Amino acid sequence: MGSVFRSEEMCLVQLFLQSGSAYDCISELGEMGLVEFRDLNPSVNSFQRRFVSEIKRCEEMERILGYLLREIRKANIAVPEDDEICPVAPPPKHVLEIMEQLQRLEVELSEVARNKEKLQRNLLELTEYTHMLRITRTFVHSRSRNKALGPQYEEFQSIESDSAGCTGMQRLGAKLGFVSGLIHRVKVEAFERMLWRVCKGYTILSYAELGESLADLDTGEISTNVVFLISFWGDQIGQKVQKICDCYHCHLYPHPENDEERADVMDSLRTRIQDLNNVLHRTEEYLRQVLQKASESAFTWVVQVKKMKAIYHILNLCSFDVTNKCLIAEVWCPVNDLTNLRGALEEGSRKGDATVPSFVNRIPSNDTPPTLLRTNKFTSGFQSIVEAYGVGDYREVSPAPYTIITFPFLFAVMFGDLGHGMVMACFALWMVLTEKSHKRKRSDNEIWTMFFEGRYIILMMGLFSVYTGLIYNDCFSKSLNIFGSGWSVRAMFTDQQWTNETLQTNTLLILDPNVSGVFVGPYPFGIDPIWNMAVNRLSFLNSYKMKMSVIIGVMHMSFGVVLSVFNHLHFKQRFNIYLLFLPELLFLLCLFGYLVFMIIYKWLAFGARDSRLAPSILIHFINMFLMQGGDNTPLYPGQTGLQVFLVVVALLCVPVLLIGKPVYLYWLHRGGKSLRLRRGYERVRRVSEDDMSQAPAYADDEEEGFDDLMTSRDTQPKEVKTATVHTSHINI
Amino acid sequence: MAFAIPMVIVTLFWGFVGGVVPWFIPKGPNRGVVIAMLVLTAVCCYFWLIAILSQLNPLFGPALSNDTIWYLQFHWR
Repeated sequence: MGSVFRSEEMCLVQLFLQSGSAYDCISELGEMGLVEFRDLNPSVNSFQRRFVSEIKRCEEMERILGYLLREIRKANIAVPEDDEICPVAPPPKHVLEIMEQLQRLEVELSEVARNKEKLQRNLLELTEYTHMLRITRTFVHSRSRNKALGPQYEEFQSIESDSAGCTGMQRLGAKLGFVSGLIHRVKVEAFERMLWRVCKGYTILSYAELGESLADLDTGEISTNVVFLISFWGDQIGQKVQKICDCYHCHLYPHPENDEERADVMDSLRTRIQDLNNVLHRTEEYLRQVLQKASESAFTWVVQVKKMKAIYHILNLCSFDVTNKCLIAEVWCPVNDLTNLRGALEEGSRKGDATVPSFVNRIPSNDTPPTLLRTNKFTSGFQSIVEAYGVGDYREVSPAPYTIITFPFLFAVMFGDLGHGMVMACFALWMVLTEKSHKRKRSDNEIWTMFFEGRYIILMMGLFSVYTGLIYNDCFSKSLNIFGSGWSVRAMFTDQQWTNETLQTNTLLILDPNVSGVFVGPYPFGIDPIWNMAVNRLSFLNSYKMKMSVIIGVMHMSFGVVLSVFNHLHFKQRFNIYLLFLPELLFLLCLFGYLVFMIIYKWLAFGARDSRLAPSILIHFINMFLMQGGDNTPLYPGQTGLQVFLVVVALLCVPVLLIGKPVYLYWLHRGGKSLRLRRGYERVRRVSEDDMSQAPAYADDEEEGFDDLMTSRDTQPKEVKTATVHTSHINI
Repeated sequence: MAFAIPMVIVTLFWGFVGGVVPWFIPKGPNRGVVIAMLVLTAVCCYFWLIAILSQLNPLFGPALSNDTIWYLQFHWR
């Protein structure tokens, strides 16, 4: 059969790469993606490997690219992430160019960003200053107009004639100082209280809220600010006020002396703000242009740098030969792809302008090769489910192609609803049909990614659920009557069994299949719809579903056991068939296969007529083990004899399963032909200590202790036994 | 008789799916998988047989409330 039945045959191959073209050859191999490299320098620290400096360079480029992408995303420029364009890793001579470009871009971007920030800060300050001037103007003027401002101003009643209050102060000879600025809305009350307490009432604070909210550049949050004006006199109080303002992180601006000065300052501020806005606008445009240009090739660079880094990592795994001109790599390659491998190396040598082409050399090996199972987008989901239980050994039969059907089918047996199954199938179908666009988007939502990766699994589960929903006759928990029910209520009336009076006196009546005409025949497809309306529906359904589970379970387990025969035949371990497969199968079939037989026999042989005599299978099964008999009527003649025979056979299988194989292998190693492992090849390598250290380990393998064999043997049949007993116990 | 017709139809259908269609799958890398899927689907879906066997000789009938009986007496055959 094809390669899905078993994992692929692999071979160990040595690649001899010329130093000049090694990079290109590995780039070609990477694009193909078929070989697994072995680490030939396991004892070397990763900081001492040959290509460490190149890797450091790649990481530096990655850092710059990360910064670049972040800036592009902040500016909301779309990065064209086209999946079709897969750039190849650039040759080393282009690497320097890309590096230079990236560094230049980084310097430019950081400069422009810094300038922009400075300009914005400046703009904010000027805007705040303007607002402050505007609002304090209203303070000053309102003060002069409004006499009723209270006791604070009682000493300065003569201000009314003057438009600016400060000149009145000067007349008094006191040095009046002003401090004005902005403060956060939330801090105003605390600020006022602090001022009052510290300055003991020698300051006047007036404040008004700023209509618009400004963004604070340091934190980026938008807060409402309050413009305040503190008038005080005396130097010491002035210093205290300054300190308090610093403490509350106010933005302070110089307060103008009179109205003309205020008007002048406001004018100049206005022009400055306009200029700043212009410059800022231009800066943002320039930044955007730079980012736009960079975004066109940003994604390509990211992929290229990643590929380069990977190539250098792989180059680190190779070893140099004695002459230092040739790189040697050991890879695992599938046998079917050897020609492709050779082709890739030729291509790489051609691209790298090598004088001597690189070549491959297949070497025999006794190591277990890695397991390769090729999957497409449909089978990969099921393969990953199987691998969650464990990756199979080399060349073992793979259960993945069977799980494509059995896993969704078993789910459907448990789910079994036509309507809900249809909903599930439609959802999965939508995901499958739109998969190209979803793959490109690459969402961050983990739950969505989980559903999307399993879209084919969900589709199969949905389709099978529709089928089992039809069989269970369950559509959104209601039954469909497609073919006409097999139970007829009218027949109970026609035969004088029931009359209208019986209907009125009893709330619950049971249809009797013994009365002719009541039961016409089994419903052709699935469970009869009348059971949906019956009160004792669960009695029937439970019995049906449990028996169905036992039958499906036993068949599934037998299928699994039969699959193991292919493994035994392939690995040429015939004794396994007699010592493992046969006892397992016999044990399973004698006990649980017989149970399945009893279930089907009871369905066929016992009907409504002898329903009183119909024996309970459970009791019979238990009695079979206890070797009791007699109390219950036998299902068929000769039952006790047959059951005893089956139990004896099953019990005889147990010791064969447990100790048969270890005994046989022990006998083989002692008295039979001994198996010697041959090692007859030479490896061209510089690091040879590992080879020596592995050699004595091989010799120990043959001396398998009896205990090892026993323990390795013991786990498997015990699991099978406990699993079968457990499942059947639950189902019964 | 009521048992034979669905038995024959369903057996023929799934027998066709599992036994005849696999011969017509074109050769390609997926041939093995597709054949395995078809055969397994036919075997799994044949478990319809269990449903019909369990209802063949019912040991007891459904217990209905008298309202349901009243309704069914007139609406079903």
